[in-house]
Amino acid sequence: MTTHIVPLVLIGGLTSAGVYLLLERTLTRMLLGLLLIGNAVNLLILIVGGPSGNPPIRGRTSDGHTTTADPLAQAMILTAIVITMGVAAFVLSLAYRSYRLTTHEDVGDDPEDAKVSEMAAINAPAIEEDRPRPAPERDTDAPDELDALPGYEGSK
Amino acid sequence: MTLASVLTPLPVLIPTLGAAATLWAGRRPRLQRLIALAAMTAVVVVCAMLLYLADRHGTLVLDVGGWEQSVPGMGPLGITLVVDRLSALMLVVSSLVLLAVVFYAIGQGIRDGDERQPVSIFLPTYLVLSAGVCIAFLAGDLFNLFVGFEVLLSASFVLLTIGASKDRVRAGISYVMVSMVSSLVFLFGIALVYAATGTLNMAEIAVRLDDVSAGTRSAIFAVLLVAFGIKAAVFPLSTWLPDSYPTAPAPVTAVFAGLLTKVGVYAIIRSHSLLFPDGGMDALLLIAALLTMLVGILGAIAQNDIKRLLSFTLVSHIGYMVFGIALSSQIGMSGAIYYVAHHILVQTTLFLVVGLIERQAGASTMQRLGGLAMASPVLAFVFVVPALNLGGIPPFSGFIGKVALLQAGAQDGSPLAWVLVAGSVLTSLLTLYVVARVWTKAFWRAREDAPEGHLSSASPAALLDEPEDIQFVDRDHVGRMPFGMLAPTGALIAAGLALTVFAGPIFTYSERAAAEVLDRQQYITAVVGPR
Repeated sequence: MTTHIVPLVLIGGLTSAGVYLLLERTLTRMLLGLLLIGNAVNLLILIVGGPSGNPPIRGRTSDGHTTTADPLAQAMILTAIVITMGVAAFVLSLAYRSYRLTTHEDVGDDPEDAKVSEMAAINAPAIEEDRPRPAPERDTDAPDELDALPGYEGSK
Repeated sequence: MTLASVLTPLPVLIPTLGAAATLWAGRRPRLQRLIALAAMTAVVVVCAMLLYLADRHGTLVLDVGGWEQSVPGMGPLGITLVVDRLSALMLVVSSLVLLAVVFYAIGQGIRDGDERQPVSIFLPTYLVLSAGVCIAFLAGDLFNLFVGFEVLLSASFVLLTIGASKDRVRAGISYVMVSMVSSLVFLFGIALVYAATGTLNMAEIAVRLDDVSAGTRSAIFAVLLVAFGIKAAVFPLSTWLPDSYPTAPAPVTAVFAGLLTKVGVYAIIRSHSLLFPDGGMDALLLIAALLTMLVGILGAIAQNDIKRLLSFTLVSHIGYMVFGIALSSQIGMSGAIYYVAHHILVQTTLFLVVGLIERQAGASTMQRLGGLAMASPVLAFVFVVPALNLGGIPPFSGFIGKVALLQAGAQDGSPLAWVLVAGSVLTSLLTLYVVARVWTKAFWRAREDAPEGHLSSASPAALLDEPEDIQFVDRDHVGRMPFGMLAPTGALIAAGLALTVFAGPIFTYSERAAAEVLDRQQYITAVVGPR
């Protein structure tokens, strides 16, 4: 199979630009990256489908071609475009929702992950065993001599 | 028009039509629940019949729309659906799990959901997810497999971010991005396959790839493996999973954990044995399997939240299946197939139990849990059986699957296989340690001894995420566990135990399935006819 170099270079360029954008943390840029890579893959499918030719409809000719273009590649691209469009709409709504909730649309770190890595820094069992535990049922309004000690405020 | 050709498309058609019907009945929750339950029950029955037919009469093939092959010996023109023993087993186990989880979600919704819950969108999306899973298992066509992945992924995006709370949106963003990247890599792989072979029918690809040079073949396989590896959460590509799954509602996490990664594993089995049987990537897969097992289980040890902990054990046990696949021997493959069935059941059950724990005790983190064994012996029982099963304690199915895989490793006998055997024994022990730790912390110690035991979430929430903390003593009494949640959990535990009780027939079935999967000529003949 032979192909032209121009589309191949274009595919490479689109993919690398897409990967670069995907590595950002802003959601809209990541989405743009995703769309660029999607278009690169669609272009690749079109090229591997073979050379251009007549439209794949019986009795139609175009531009004096003698062969028919591969309809399967076009069907695949159509499906892929529809799927990418649906997901892009969903990502945009997620970005908007994230912006409404947090006033930014960056990809956040996992808070539970951060907790676990903090636990690793200080000795985890020590916290669990030795930390003073508040006992809410022993809370009174009466002043208490231990009130001043941190962690024991208000408890007897 | 035979019985098989009527039955084959039904696992896709019934949930799709059910999704349309439940959308139409969106304002009538009771009718919606009835439709969803009826649809999933029908799918279970159909899948069981397909299993019987595929085991009795061999591979069932259906050319959708009657677009059969134009030239004898070539692939069919249209989409092909194929049911062999492996996909029939996957269909039966997944449809059982899907039915149990929809029952659980409905039971939870009736008891704890109220007018605020987005139920009218939950059941249709859930049915679309079921259809997507079934398409992926039935696909005899690489592009149709991609469509199946996309259908189940789009449904899973909605289910994961249901209610759109802050946590879920954060988790949803990374999940959507990672899933889409894996889909694009898959599409890239499809383009390469199409360039190399000029067809998308898997049987025909298998025939034509034999004429492609070994280097090109390995390159294509590597691209597909990256795509499937992200979906199956194999080690270097697994970090997205524990980040995103735990924030979803309990039934959603349960069905994701049970099924979505296994669809990836199924795709790895198919491409490894049917399309690329020369085993060029086996050493790489073995190393990935070892790292998946070890890194996954070490991650689980560090977790406080039980949902996250189970997500890490999920990643870790994917390693066992990849181990069995990569040995590419008869016993390794049958061990892997048996292990997939076992793991779907046990992992789903455990996530459903965590849902029960969350409802009864108002927390899923070990920082807050305690005294559950005293508070609810039933809850303790439904936790400990699947937990020991996951850890691989002898009478249970986890043990049988692991023994089969260890035997396969020993039979292979290469140094790398022995390292894998040692690694899987270690992973099994560490899994036991992890679940025992949950047991001692959440069930045995008193709640007062937990560092944050005085805190709890405000009220049991079915689908919405309400991160409001209150004092545990102020929490309203939630009552006993609803029958609608306990019954499906119990049914899945029973199904897990049935894998032990009927281990003989089920394991011989998975041996037959493995023999069929490894003998690719039989699949090719069934689809494109004798050559």
